[in-house]
Amino acid sequence: MKPVRTPQQAVENIKDGASIMVGGFISCGRPTAVLEAILEKGIKNLTIISNDTSKEETGIVRLVMEGRVSKFIGSYIGMNRIMSEKMKSGEVEIELVPQGTFVERIRAAGAGLGGVLTPTGLGTAIERGKETLTIDGRRFLLEKPLKADFAIVKANKADKYGNAFASGSSKNFNVAMSMAADYVILEAEEIVEPGELDPEKVTFPCVFIDMLVPVSKGGNRNG
Amino acid sequence: MDDNMRCRIARRIARELPGNSIVNLGIGIPTLVADFIPKDKGILLHSENGFIGLGAAPEPGKEDPNLVNAGGQAATLLPGGCCFDSSMSFAIVRGKHLDYTILGALEVDEEGNLANYTIPGKFVPGIGGAMDLSVGAKNVVIAMEHMNKHGEPKIVKKCSLPLTAPREVNLIVTELAFIRVTPAGLALEEIAEDTTVEEVIKNTGARLIIAETPGRF
Repeated sequence: MKPVRTPQQAVENIKDGASIMVGGFISCGRPTAVLEAILEKGIKNLTIISNDTSKEETGIVRLVMEGRVSKFIGSYIGMNRIMSEKMKSGEVEIELVPQGTFVERIRAAGAGLGGVLTPTGLGTAIERGKETLTIDGRRFLLEKPLKADFAIVKANKADKYGNAFASGSSKNFNVAMSMAADYVILEAEEIVEPGELDPEKVTFPCVFIDMLVPVSKGGNRNG
Repeated sequence: MDDNMRCRIARRIARELPGNSIVNLGIGIPTLVADFIPKDKGILLHSENGFIGLGAAPEPGKEDPNLVNAGGQAATLLPGGCCFDSSMSFAIVRGKHLDYTILGALEVDEEGNLANYTIPGKFVPGIGGAMDLSVGAKNVVIAMEHMNKHGEPKIVKKCSLPLTAPREVNLIVTELAFIRVTPAGLALEEIAEDTTVEEVIKNTGARLIIAETPGRF
């Protein structure tokens, strides 16, 4: 069984300088409650790893506005002008990664692999400074695994062991990120007893989850 | 460009898609292609954020916060659709399981090089799925305006903007022209019903191989 905690309790061990993966695609499958607790607690100098920063001036963007984020790694920042302003001013270091490479680097870290060989990015600015390998006559770019101290992920339903179900397109980066961090916090809209979640409908197995945080349903209001 | 022109591009591309293919549509003009795909052809749309079987926008009040399209707007799932995580979604893309990707562009050149993600110093929204899609899809179709907002050609001899992917574009469809990228260069196969070959040449910054009697669309 995994501890069930409040967002405030969940951030007790998150220190300044931590690297944090945040699941979600725009506002879909996006955990927000623990990010708000990070904001309240004043944790700073964070590296945030997330596909995008979402649209509204909440969540990751709010942390950026408050000057808490020193580095952002993701595939897209165009949802919000604040990110491109911070990128231009140099206030936040931004590493842009192609979306497929981004998720596969995270999965590689979680799956015990030494990296990803991908054709994506060859012959572009992404190739700069990276090793390439030729396998069976085809060139690939070597992309390194991407891991973090913490991951905050989201599901619709979880049992107390941490087995979780995420519906529709809300699985997105939550699955890979749950594998790739030292400590994984799952925000769940519903927490049930073991046996009450159909084992055939488990999106992420319990082994990856360290803590459960109950949140209200449809918690996308915070973008 | 007015809606008629945008729809003309989308309609022509929809005609190009074979039955039972899996297709990914980018943001902008590519999104319009969905409106012209016949329902009986078995074509399914892939949404990079994690499903196949993207349907029309839901009726107001019926939105599901757990199902959005690649632009983040509420979406629907058609019968026969399926959902997966981002790793699976991009395995589909990179692993050559996606038949077509329809993308917008800032520049395309004679070699089929594509630039569509940044104008350094001005516009840096990020990369998103564009690099994976253009490298991974079996066919890369560009749907765009023939000229940029300054009236300059977007089809050029050599891309000057940072590349999204080298030598991946197969087809370019604009409000003026239907151009196939071939090993010999850009083949002008069709022109729009209200233009001339001369006008297309005048507004194109690359050499065109012109069919004896180009088709009309």
